[in-house]
Amino acid sequence: MRFSTFIYCLKQGLINIRRNFLHSLASAATISACIFLFCLFFAIIGNVRHFAQSAETTVGITVFFDENYTEEQIWQVGDVIAARPEVREMDFISEEAAWESFQMEYFAGMEELAEGFADDNPLAGSASFEIFLHDISTQEEMVEYLSSLQGVRKVNYSNSVAEGLENMNQMIGMVSILIIAVLLAVAIFLISNTISVAAAFRKSENRIMMLIGATNSIVRAPFLVEGLFLGIVGAAVPLAGIYFLYQKAAEYVMGHYVIMSGIFTPIPIETLFPVMAGTAFALGGGVGFFVSFFTIQKHLKL
Amino acid sequence: MIRLTNVSKVYETGNKALRGVTLTIKDGEFVFIVGRSGSGKTTLLKLLLKEMEPSSGRIVVNDVELGRMKRRHIPRYRRSLGVVFQDFRLLKDRTVFENVAFAQRVIGEPNRAIKESVPRMLGLVGLSSKYKVYPRQLSGGEQQRVAIARALINRPEVLLADEPTGNLDAFHAGEIMKLLEEINRQGTTVIVVTHSQDMVDAMKKRVITMDRGRVVDDTNPVQEPRISARRSHRRTLPR
Repeated sequence: MRFSTFIYCLKQGLINIRRNFLHSLASAATISACIFLFCLFFAIIGNVRHFAQSAETTVGITVFFDENYTEEQIWQVGDVIAARPEVREMDFISEEAAWESFQMEYFAGMEELAEGFADDNPLAGSASFEIFLHDISTQEEMVEYLSSLQGVRKVNYSNSVAEGLENMNQMIGMVSILIIAVLLAVAIFLISNTISVAAAFRKSENRIMMLIGATNSIVRAPFLVEGLFLGIVGAAVPLAGIYFLYQKAAEYVMGHYVIMSGIFTPIPIETLFPVMAGTAFALGGGVGFFVSFFTIQKHLKL
Repeated sequence: MIRLTNVSKVYETGNKALRGVTLTIKDGEFVFIVGRSGSGKTTLLKLLLKEMEPSSGRIVVNDVELGRMKRRHIPRYRRSLGVVFQDFRLLKDRTVFENVAFAQRVIGEPNRAIKESVPRMLGLVGLSSKYKVYPRQLSGGEQQRVAIARALINRPEVLLADEPTGNLDAFHAGEIMKLLEEINRQGTTVIVVTHSQDMVDAMKKRVITMDRGRVVDDTNPVQEPRISARRSHRRTLPR
């Protein structure tokens, strides 16, 4: 296609939008609503995952052994555990280290109270491994495995964090898919309707074009421009909104819920936005382009 | 050369629009196709434009059989034809210049070529001074001139005109016919579908008469004695 023909098709596409301004506005607004929700859930799911990843680095499984097990026997079991693919990191905490840590935590400022236990470690037989996993969702399975090992007395873990994050992720994912699917269907219907109205306006012009030898691609081009433009504008507006709102929301959460600041930091918008914007433009532009393409197809038979 | 051999067209409704039409139109000819409403004239034009397919028979235009033409080749074929309609079919929101340029823009002609050829074509149809005005500001005859300029701008070998004077008074109709004659003189084959017997009589060109989907008469005053279809002696020219 020549540059002048491209410009001509571009111009005709924009004229289509101007002619059916209200239809175009409704289509772009529906795409905007759809993409706004998409971006919202994208941000929420991204942050939940981010939180889960942070939790994975701090939430571990502690394995205690039979009190009569020697350190050598404990290390033998430890080697078996370390060979598991789920294990990212494993620390050995001897009974002495466990007692020291306990003292520091509970007898801080009152060290003299702990001196009574100087020759009698109350945590004797409490040597343990602290295990951190690659993926917190495999925790349940791993705990089952560890409990079945010979010599393992007790396995401590917190399943509420893992399960909570996993459930939350799944629920948000399902709700978002459902809402986005409904909005997408409405957007497809409205874009298709807008293109059909534009095609009706141009019926005579399209017929003349085809009779004087215009190819289908030239006849189709203004409608594709229209669909693509509606999709891109429909994506750009909510993206601008999300860019602003996300930063405000992050500031608000970190400012008003101080308890969160110790355990959770929102993903910076600079990290989140490029992927979000790319996906949103691809979604908006793609929906606009393909819906226009298939809608105009039925008007090209001559 | 346009050659139709035993061409029939039956619509889905069962209406037989053409029944075994056989005719030949040579390069550079000026031909009238006449007949009452429903005689098959417009169907014939639509078949030539490849807007529809015949139910049976062969249509060959410039050695190309239309029935065997691939879909992707249709636009190129149509560029070899110019079309003029009774209702002009101009784009109301564009100037005379843009209406004529439209035919070149949609086939991807560069702007430079458009700026050269449109004024030349408007000069040919006598509308050089009106290139900036909109169709609604023109008389019917002038609008049809614009439509003819648009049909000719891509230098078609054949000009198909469907009732080109149907919406015009006698004076403007005469002007349009003179213009078509001039175009024909320059080498373009011109096929005019019309109801107007007065115009046909005045022009003294080949006349193909159709009735109920058949060619019932084929008269060429230039080539006397007249060439008649098989059953033409039994029919009269319908009015």
